[in-house]
Amino acid sequence: MRLRFNLAIGALLCLIIITAAIFAPWLAQFDPIADADLMNAELPPDATFWFGTDAQGRDIFSRVLHGARVSLTVGIGSQLINTTIGLALGVSAGYFGGWWDDFVSGLTNLMLAIPSLIFALAIMAILGPGLGSLLIALGLTNWSWTCRIARSSALSLKKQGYVQAAKTLGYSDVRLMVTQIVPNMIGPILVIGTLGMGDAILAEAALSYLGLGIRPPLPSWGGMLTDARNLIVLAPWAAIFPGIAIFVTVLGLNLLGDGLRDILDPHMRTRRA
Amino acid sequence: MLRFALRRLLQMIPTIVAVSLLIFVIFSVVPGSIASSMIADGRGANDPKLVEKMNQEFGLDQPVHVRFGKYIWKLAQFDLDTSFRTRQPVITMINERMWATLKLAFAAMLVAVVVGVPLGFIAALRPGSLFDSLTMISAISGLSLPQFWLGLLFMYLFALTLGWLPSFGYGDGGLRNLILPALTLGVAPLALLARTTRAAVLEVMSADYVRTARSKGVSSFRLVQGHVLRNALVLIITTIGLQFGSMMGQAVVIEKLFSWPGMGSLLIDSVALRDIPVVQGCILVIVLWFLFINTAVDILYAIIDPRISHE
Repeated sequence: MRLRFNLAIGALLCLIIITAAIFAPWLAQFDPIADADLMNAELPPDATFWFGTDAQGRDIFSRVLHGARVSLTVGIGSQLINTTIGLALGVSAGYFGGWWDDFVSGLTNLMLAIPSLIFALAIMAILGPGLGSLLIALGLTNWSWTCRIARSSALSLKKQGYVQAAKTLGYSDVRLMVTQIVPNMIGPILVIGTLGMGDAILAEAALSYLGLGIRPPLPSWGGMLTDARNLIVLAPWAAIFPGIAIFVTVLGLNLLGDGLRDILDPHMRTRRA
Repeated sequence: MLRFALRRLLQMIPTIVAVSLLIFVIFSVVPGSIASSMIADGRGANDPKLVEKMNQEFGLDQPVHVRFGKYIWKLAQFDLDTSFRTRQPVITMINERMWATLKLAFAAMLVAVVVGVPLGFIAALRPGSLFDSLTMISAISGLSLPQFWLGLLFMYLFALTLGWLPSFGYGDGGLRNLILPALTLGVAPLALLARTTRAAVLEVMSADYVRTARSKGVSSFRLVQGHVLRNALVLIITTIGLQFGSMMGQAVVIEKLFSWPGMGSLLIDSVALRDIPVVQGCILVIVLWFLFINTAVDILYAIIDPRISHE
């Protein structure tokens, strides 16, 4: 029963956030950037400003809605890059073996030795803040687990009969990897990707908070929290709502990832039982 | 045992060299001269003579491979170069800040272990119970929280509203200033440890040797004490070691939030000032600590589980 619970709640939360992100311009009554009005600064939540207003008098509800677009872009975009890198390196390493495998394993271990937030921070320090650099920084620093799983799956899959059969049929190495090996490891890769999206959103918030993420005035949840820190006594709502938004999104992704793992990973399922 | 420890320590060396190389490469591909961007950043004036002088002073006019050679040679002598800004040796600057970070990290880990491990353990003894469900829901929530946001809420509640604790700063280095940052930093590893401990204990409980012991009539208490605890410990300790890395990363954010005078705030300030040697040095030292702790963990679990050193 718990299995379904994870998945259902996780999927529901993700659906809410995705809906908010897609329909943000229609759902928000105010423009998240342009509708600044110092006369309305730091108003508590009321009927007009559901989540209150920030120091510039912008509607926090509208900014939170638009922030969902930024966070989801960062989460999905960076995870696509990570998954592509991890799959390409991992599958080829497991499939070809030899020196390439040694090299990839070495690289993976090296990546695991550097805390990923620190690594992303170093890249952001060089590239400067912005959405593009954020995608690069988070996309290049979190592929080691995908790579490890892909490698070990490829190692065991390449010995399977159907892969050998495809080889006998004259499939090229690349075609074999793409059509025969990768589809059979999609479950665990999906799980890591979903959980990684949550990590990326948390990292985006942290980096934006440090001034190394999304550039203001673009509404990013992490950036909104930076502004809110100085207002915490006067306008605590400015800190509460963006934080809840991050929490709900990441919780949704984590629950979804856990739920998917329960279904897709037979090893975990037997362990639980 | 001693041979295993020695081998693990020696294995650190290639990783250290590779990490130093990687860090050097990342900061050498910076487009444009660091000196000119620093000067442009500071005063708006960009005097070519000044740029040239700075480049000469810090050896930035030399080719990359020469710079890397020098960098590694200095590194081997524990010299992390000189700060562009303060002209102080980077190692001195880091040394002044490092201990505050380590104090914070160890305090946070202590919170995580003392609370997280027992929670996970009790949850695993009664899987499916209300306590188990509540613990696991809290754990996944703890892993989904932005830590600095939680810190901000703690600050608002315990410092600004209730006035129980100082809201930021190092104070005289006492416990009062440490509590809030350490609690904040400890929440994520706490949640993860509760989950890992639960999974580890459940796994050990279903192992054949536990079933055998149980069928032999060993009492529950002795079963847990003699069989489960020790075998689950390996997984738990591995998690502690691995968590240290992401904790050092998160510490940067938490230090910034609480104005904690550690390596993290030094790193962030130096990034803002483009003081590259300090940035490089901080990152390297953070990675070294992470490596060192994980090596220590490896050796530790070879002691707990002698099978490992024979593999």
